[in-house]
Amino acid sequence: MKKSPGLASMFAIYRRELLAYLTTPTAYVFVAVFLFAIGLFTFQVGGLFEARRADLSAFFAFHPWIFMVFLPAIAMRLWAEETRSGAIEVLMTLPAPTWALVLGKFLAAWTIAAGALVLTLPLWISINVLGAPDNAGIITAYLASVLMAGAYIAIGSMMSALTGAQVVAFVLAVLVAFLLTALGAPMVADFFNGFVGGALSEAISRFSILHHFDAAQRGVIEARSIVYFVSLIGLCLALTGLVVDARRGGAK
Amino acid sequence: MLLQVDGLRKSFGRRLAVDGVGFTLDVGEIVGFLGPNGAGKTTTMRMIAGYLEPDEGAVRIFNIDVAQERRRAQERLGYLPEGAPLYGEMTPWTYLRFIAEARGMNRDAARRAVRGAAQDARLGDSISRPIETLSKGYRRRVGLAAALLHDPMLLILDEPTDGLDPNQRHAVRDLIKRLGEERGLIISTHSLEEVDAVCTRAILIDQGRIVADETPAALRERYGGLDEAFAALTRGEERV
Repeated sequence: MKKSPGLASMFAIYRRELLAYLTTPTAYVFVAVFLFAIGLFTFQVGGLFEARRADLSAFFAFHPWIFMVFLPAIAMRLWAEETRSGAIEVLMTLPAPTWALVLGKFLAAWTIAAGALVLTLPLWISINVLGAPDNAGIITAYLASVLMAGAYIAIGSMMSALTGAQVVAFVLAVLVAFLLTALGAPMVADFFNGFVGGALSEAISRFSILHHFDAAQRGVIEARSIVYFVSLIGLCLALTGLVVDARRGGAK
Repeated sequence: MLLQVDGLRKSFGRRLAVDGVGFTLDVGEIVGFLGPNGAGKTTTMRMIAGYLEPDEGAVRIFNIDVAQERRRAQERLGYLPEGAPLYGEMTPWTYLRFIAEARGMNRDAARRAVRGAAQDARLGDSISRPIETLSKGYRRRVGLAAALLHDPMLLILDEPTDGLDPNQRHAVRDLIKRLGEERGLIISTHSLEEVDAVCTRAILIDQGRIVADETPAALRERYGGLDEAFAALTRGEERV
């Protein structure tokens, strides 16, 4: 008896993509750079130890800004590489629905992102040795961070589907990710405040990734923030699917 | 009827790439697509394989419309894209397993299918070496094995022998002939000698249209040779 053909294809794609990440050096390099960057920001800029508080706010505060660059780098190869090599033709002539390709690839990149976050767990252990942090809050913040990572990966996947050049996909994704993140930064909010008024600038900032991660990193995740991240992932993946399907139309 | 192609038309921007291609194919036939570069061979094959949607016209595989029921049609055909793209970091074994599982086979079925296709394509013992370390001829055979995995009745092979040395070409041709005995095949090629060697029928395409569709022998008789037929029937870019 066959499994649902769509799901079977999705898992096959997922396993292949994951294997591709684990057998090529690029992903390791990016993860290493990510860990280095997050360490640098947490200790040097955030002053984790100087604050003399047993919490990880100095660590989580930098996640959106580092993810914004790191995750497009992880996601950029997803489609662009297939387009360049021509392997996209093999994928698109499999009897698999487009969503299975899109989801399989997305989940593999997301797994790598989650894996990178797992590698930061020693920090959590250390802070527990040094003091008594709010561990429930830290778990919440980690979960929110994983969810947010999914959003950045989905943006990267969408941009990767648009082009055959990984570098172009990367730059476009960082740009979009930056805009979506920075909309919630106080500096940007002040800017909008100046000429559209407080209510509208408040509304604009509510659309930002920063706004929704802000509460979560302090240990409270609201339902609407979960809805926001899940919708953002869904929207970007749906657009990825549309872009991939549009190729069949042939406007190359 | 294994394959029925009706009035295919496709343009990219303002360029008409395929302009009303139609033909049918039965089991036991090996059709050679011939034509100058840019004549529309690859675009036609992509439309048959369901990678591109035609602007007009229809492709039916066992009477299943590729545009209407793409996946059902794709379950019944094997396709080797131009240049046989593969994933270099995988081994033929893991690659073929991936394709089989992505086609919805369970582990056992996938393992059996891979073994069978590897044998058909004569993959031998390099099956567990990374694809990027293998010769071009061997890689082409891996691509062929991937197209054969699900034992399709219809095979579409875009330039299966392009860029191979004479020995490799010979091996791939033998394979094609063997496969054609109980299936329907379409291959595109630049080699007229290949059409003579393996094809039961030649379809000449020029500027998106079929300009001849008959046996290689008939073509040779009428024009005094395949080269002469090719030159007389196609214009290509060189002579426009």
